[in-house]
Amino acid sequence: MWAALAGAFTNSVFGILRAYILIALWQARPGLAGYDLTDAVTYCFVTQALIAPMQLFGGGLGLPERIRSGDIALDLVRPAPLQLWTLAEDTGRAAYLFLVRGLPPMVVGAAVFGITLPAGAGQGAAFLAGLVLAVVVSFGWRYLVALSVCWLVDDRGVAVLSLVLSTFFSGLMLPLRIFPGALGDLAAALPWAAMVQVPTDLYLGAAPVLPSLAFQAFWAVVLLGLGALATRAIRHKVMIQGG
Amino acid sequence: MVRTYFLLAWTWTRAAAAYPVSFWLMTVLSLAVAATDLAVILVVFANTTSLAGFSREEVLFLYGAASLPFTLCDLFVSNLDRVSRHIKDGTLDTFLIRPAGAWLQLATDRFTPTRAGRVVQAAVVLVWAVAALDLDPGRLWMLPVMTATGLVIFTSLWTLAGAAQFALTDAPEVVNAFTYGGHQLTQYPLAIYGRDLVRGVTYVLPLAFVNWQPGLYVLGRADPFGTPEFMRFLGPVAAPALALLAALAWRQGVRHYRSTGS
Repeated sequence: MWAALAGAFTNSVFGILRAYILIALWQARPGLAGYDLTDAVTYCFVTQALIAPMQLFGGGLGLPERIRSGDIALDLVRPAPLQLWTLAEDTGRAAYLFLVRGLPPMVVGAAVFGITLPAGAGQGAAFLAGLVLAVVVSFGWRYLVALSVCWLVDDRGVAVLSLVLSTFFSGLMLPLRIFPGALGDLAAALPWAAMVQVPTDLYLGAAPVLPSLAFQAFWAVVLLGLGALATRAIRHKVMIQGG
Repeated sequence: MVRTYFLLAWTWTRAAAAYPVSFWLMTVLSLAVAATDLAVILVVFANTTSLAGFSREEVLFLYGAASLPFTLCDLFVSNLDRVSRHIKDGTLDTFLIRPAGAWLQLATDRFTPTRAGRVVQAAVVLVWAVAALDLDPGRLWMLPVMTATGLVIFTSLWTLAGAAQFALTDAPEVVNAFTYGGHQLTQYPLAIYGRDLVRGVTYVLPLAFVNWQPGLYVLGRADPFGTPEFMRFLGPVAAPALALLAALAWRQGVRHYRSTGS
């Protein structure tokens, strides 16, 4: 509980610092990317709130340790599929973290700068749907990263690569909409956009609802499918040593 | 003391270099992590030519001037913020009974040489920005002074962070807001922040003396907040004051530490 509050505090401080950068940019370029100044500040605090539930800095899953220690063999013989089991755990964790680490930065943002709420119940519902799908996409990605330990032994390299991809190409550090030219088009099509940029746009009502949700669902299906293939692959790779 | 530090750091470096592929891969990847901060600045300036009255080159100068001391401290002392983990694991006791200072051992514990890539990246940006800006050569003497000031300020911050964790054993992440937050803050001209925040980081936690006040002197610009000219040169006064405070806090932390017992 204290650890979660400490995290919420740090997320809030970084939210304030990032907000000033966006404010300076939007003062220089009012209406940039279709956001007004309040939208830009709101964007900043909603994305800060998504760090913990989406585990953008990596981790969250206990799988790499279990693979290294060999406990994964036990998980694979359980009468429940490994991927669904882990997804269920991760969704519960994300819901808890959104409440204790996500809401405080938004409250701080509202108190310091003033942020907008979703306009109407429809927009709120669209955000919630986008949030759930974003958690699934984020899980799908992190599950693949976690299983890579099976082949790589040392997972630090992949973890750092994942950190760069999911902080920069998700829209956490800056809205993907202001990325220049081809870089912007590429970033908007990649799965990381489905974790932060898309749910935040749904919150702001800045993107059409159904295509956004379809985009997230597409990446959720692709990543979960790859995850299922990887689970089958490790089933063949795991060798139980015993005595 | 310096010899002990480098002996311990060298031991960890040899351990890390035992896996050369992993070592170089991590060096390159740590560079990539640092480069995202730089990429953010470049994307911002792909959308505008000036941020709060500062040009791209000027912001990159401030970024480099803050990042050089920060990344050096990140390399050499940032592991001080693992105090709470050592307390929880019970490993702090081993540091305290060894014949070397606890601060020294904690600073070198798990020394990560691959972070050196970030130092190089910061230095390259700083040199590039100095070359790209048409600066008064008579003011460049400030560069080594501000780097040294920044080193003392960030080292003090990490020491304070470690000291605070003696009390915040269950909430170690709070200190990240001040250490990594301090770097995030100083990457940009302080002109973008609110007046009260800037007062706080000038007169309470002297982050403004890492690169902002001396940087204004090097750039030959007046402070948008209107502080007098002599403030540009107060870094070498503010940094030792913070260091003294940090040393006292660290002593308090160690003195009041009670082992969990066996």
